[in-house]
Amino acid sequence: MSFVLVQVIVGGLLLGAVYALFSSGLTLVWGMMNIVNFAHGDFVMLGMYVAYVVYTLMGGGPLLGAPLATLVLATLGVVVYFALIRDIMKGPMLAQILGTFGLALLLRYSVFWWFGANFLSMPQNIVGGTFAVAGLRIEASRLLAGVVALLVTLGLHLLLTRTSLGSRMLAVAEDATAAQLMGIRPDTMQAIAWAIAAGATGLAGALIANFFYIVPTVGETLGIVAFVTVSLGGFGSVPGALVAGLLIGVIESLSGYLIGAIYKDIIVYVLFLFFLWFRPQGLMGKM
Amino acid sequence: MRRLVWLSVVAAIAIAYPLLLSSPFQQRLGALVLLYAIAASAWNIVGGYAGQVSVGHVVFFGCGAYAAMGSYAKFGLSPLFGIPGGIVLAVALAAIIGVPTLRLSGHYFSMATIAVAETMRLIVTNTEWLGAAVGLSGPTVPRNVFDLSFLSSLPYYYLFLAVLAITLLVTWWMTNSRMGFYLRAIKDSERAARSLGAPASRTKLYAYMLSAALTSVAGALYAMMFGFVDPESGLGILISVKILIMAALGGAGLLFGPLVGAAILVPLEEISNSWLGGKGAGLTFVVYGAIIVVIARFQPGGLLSLFTGRRKPGADKGAGHAP
Repeated sequence: MSFVLVQVIVGGLLLGAVYALFSSGLTLVWGMMNIVNFAHGDFVMLGMYVAYVVYTLMGGGPLLGAPLATLVLATLGVVVYFALIRDIMKGPMLAQILGTFGLALLLRYSVFWWFGANFLSMPQNIVGGTFAVAGLRIEASRLLAGVVALLVTLGLHLLLTRTSLGSRMLAVAEDATAAQLMGIRPDTMQAIAWAIAAGATGLAGALIANFFYIVPTVGETLGIVAFVTVSLGGFGSVPGALVAGLLIGVIESLSGYLIGAIYKDIIVYVLFLFFLWFRPQGLMGKM
Repeated sequence: MRRLVWLSVVAAIAIAYPLLLSSPFQQRLGALVLLYAIAASAWNIVGGYAGQVSVGHVVFFGCGAYAAMGSYAKFGLSPLFGIPGGIVLAVALAAIIGVPTLRLSGHYFSMATIAVAETMRLIVTNTEWLGAAVGLSGPTVPRNVFDLSFLSSLPYYYLFLAVLAITLLVTWWMTNSRMGFYLRAIKDSERAARSLGAPASRTKLYAYMLSAALTSVAGALYAMMFGFVDPESGLGILISVKILIMAALGGAGLLFGPLVGAAILVPLEEISNSWLGGKGAGLTFVVYGAIIVVIARFQPGGLLSLFTGRRKPGADKGAGHAP
């Protein structure tokens, strides 16, 4: 295998870990409440802008930007849950789609209106340049994003499967009424799920802000990436999202390198349709 | 009887409007309202009546728009040929998209339609033959009346009014036919409808194809009026969103819902654009977003359902859930 190819694959894996991180938020909410957040990609976009504002206003790097973006987005998640989701969950299907789609427009164009449509970016060396590992050249910002995203996604999986909070959330996902009879408040659990899901997007956004282009419409592309990841990994499965996220990162990088940068999105979308067609339950889904 | 009186009043207003309010801005506004009402009414067939929320309807709009401009730019024909051409393209595409995706219910269908629309936009943007990012233009100087290139908006207004009337008639006829009956049953509960012998997949597909055909006509008319089409104006996701919001605001699944939605949102957008200039584009969509969030939260049946008293929130919790 050629050396460049290895480089491309490693780059894809690092980006894929970030895809996995924000997609696990989408899959969590979807699996728990059977609601699809069409604003999910725009949450990631907001995380990027929070990191950008932290840098431009306070000169803070990812050490400050990432926790702050996580916090801001987690708060937004809770607000969105109580103000919108709790009610539209019980409503007709059209209301669910419209509600989160409207939210997406609201967020995307508020940012557009405030910051304009220009592509913004962070300074190149904000996380300390590029270094070589075994002959591979790796940007520090990408390595940081990939490693942190991987660890947090694994942590999220452990939280859901190994802790009492996780068990209570899964109980609500299984049967909200039965959980309520056992003394678990579905409202609180679902709000926590929204906080985690949105917090994950905030962190992911802050991490990729260091090397990605920052533009209000980036959420549209990232949202579709999250859908692809979740449908590939199985709705509601965090490990599924992790495997699928890494896979999509690699497929995207490889098709960008082998076929051409403009086709990498097309390849991912077509893959998505292909999967919806042949295996709507995903790679590891259990439906 | 009361309905007939109302209908004639609305028709009379629609016919008299561009003569009473005759400034170019007002006539153009009227034409745009009708144009979007056509597209939103077409969406309503599949999104409102069949309960399949397509977020990628712009692909059919694009079929019509590109067929109209393509028949001039590529073959030197009148853009009018884009109407039948667009319909053929759109119906074929609807069958290709619909057969696999209509099996998926609810959210899955919506996501699949977004992905199809974005894929088409990216492909066309990179296709030199279709003008790539620049798009295709219509006749700059009309050769004859069949080029449908007028300076005034008045001819467009009446053309669009006629097409809207046809669209609404087709929709009305459909809802009263066996197909409309099936669609209502499917929307309430697809499983129940299937078990009682309603051919659910086939009916949804027919509704989707009919909706696609009418949407492509709207696209062709749009391109004729503006004289050009590019990937953003013909295949951009925001067109889908506008169409969908208009129908939902007025009342999805109600015959006149889309017209009401268009009559509110199109003036809102045009006025905010002319007041705020370039900055307005962003703000308009902020307002659009806020409107749909509020509608979804408080009045999911749309504004018209306030008057009809039907479809209270939660009343038709069918359609959704896993495939």
